[in-house]
Amino acid sequence: MGRFLSIVRRDLRLALRQGSDSVMVVMFFVLTVVLFPFGIGPEGNILARVASGVIFVAALLASMLSLERLFQTDYEDGSLELLTLSPMPLEIIVLAKITAHWLTTGLPLMIASPLLAVLMNMDGNGFAMLMLALLLGTPALSLIGAIGAALVLGSRRGGVLISLLVLPLFVPVLIFGVGLIEAAIGGFAVKSQILILSGILFACLAFCPFAAAAAVRQSVE
Amino acid sequence: MKGKVMATFAGRDLVCIRGERLVFSKLNFAMESGGCLTLIGHNGAGKSSLLRMMAGLLHAASGDMLWDDQVVADDMDEHRERLHYVGHHDAIKPVLTVEENLKFWAGLRSDASEAQANFKEALDIFSIGHLIDVPGRFLSAGQKRRANLARIIASKSPLWLLDEPTTALDKESIKKLEDVIESHRANGGMVVLSTHSDMNIKDQQILNVSEFSAARGHESASLLAEGI
Repeated sequence: MGRFLSIVRRDLRLALRQGSDSVMVVMFFVLTVVLFPFGIGPEGNILARVASGVIFVAALLASMLSLERLFQTDYEDGSLELLTLSPMPLEIIVLAKITAHWLTTGLPLMIASPLLAVLMNMDGNGFAMLMLALLLGTPALSLIGAIGAALVLGSRRGGVLISLLVLPLFVPVLIFGVGLIEAAIGGFAVKSQILILSGILFACLAFCPFAAAAAVRQSVE
Repeated sequence: MKGKVMATFAGRDLVCIRGERLVFSKLNFAMESGGCLTLIGHNGAGKSSLLRMMAGLLHAASGDMLWDDQVVADDMDEHRERLHYVGHHDAIKPVLTVEENLKFWAGLRSDASEAQANFKEALDIFSIGHLIDVPGRFLSAGQKRRANLARIIASKSPLWLLDEPTTALDKESIKKLEDVIESHRANGGMVVLSTHSDMNIKDQQILNVSEFSAARGHESASLLAEGI
């Protein structure tokens, strides 16, 4: 556990020193959502109708942005080889890196989301569920994205390739995340959506570190 | 360190295929505690591939490696615990200081606390103790390499796999590296290294990887036909 945390700490420290990355992700998220009122027009009820979907899709694209960096820099400077060679299981190392990735992207997105919900004139009943949907959804995005990030290591223009690989896999998270917010706004029961989103998260937690670790092993060969 | 217990490390009939090209075949080696195996051979002969194979980064297409007569591939976790690998990249993060870089790597070993206590001493051996607070991006190539070598001294592992460790090092540092290798062997460690420059190392066993390379076209074709 100590070693798990030491990897998380190192990645957080790297993210903080390099700075720009997670700020960029949040800025992208905010700007994309802000563009919608300009594009669609300032009519409150139209914006309110699309708010949950727009915010969720923007969050998804924003977390996509930083995925390429998840393993790329470690791959280029030889750190990934040494991590692979360290005595602890690679799956745990990958999970630690994913955790750090979520803390630097998913978490800021979640924190920024209520502000955007106000901007999009979202119904007040949806705010709490928006946060919850992102809390359950964004870690799943980081986990699934890690597989894509590991698979494209060593290829040129990996960033575009990752999007093509993982965006289709994000669809279930999108459907049930938006479903949860809409249900809360409409005053329906939200339990089933919460359970399904949690189910997706735990399934990803169980499966993705193994798949990503296998892809990393392949890449350092 | 295992003290006086002797360990052996050997490879049997190793075959390396990279990108459908046979690099070397039927390669054998054997060494024991205190030994030094120096890999020589022309560019592309497979020196780095062999070292990566020994580290477990690369899978042998056929053949196996034995540590104390146990097949290495059966317990890779244990094998990783006993080796240190220095590759072409130095894995020094530009935004972390030398201390943070080395402490992180030391912390991943099972002897973490001991390694973290040792690393200052290790830096002094390569006379980069004064660079301890300097971020990696300000280091020269040679200083990065020395910091990377300090990493392997800080935590004890019996097997060192060094892929051209002298790259970017000045004469003085090469001399120090030779001393370090000497004392590692005196403590019962093993060293496998590939080099193009002559290093002054006593009783080294030389393995010319080129001799096993598959320049003989018909043989490589027949091996591939066998499905290896």
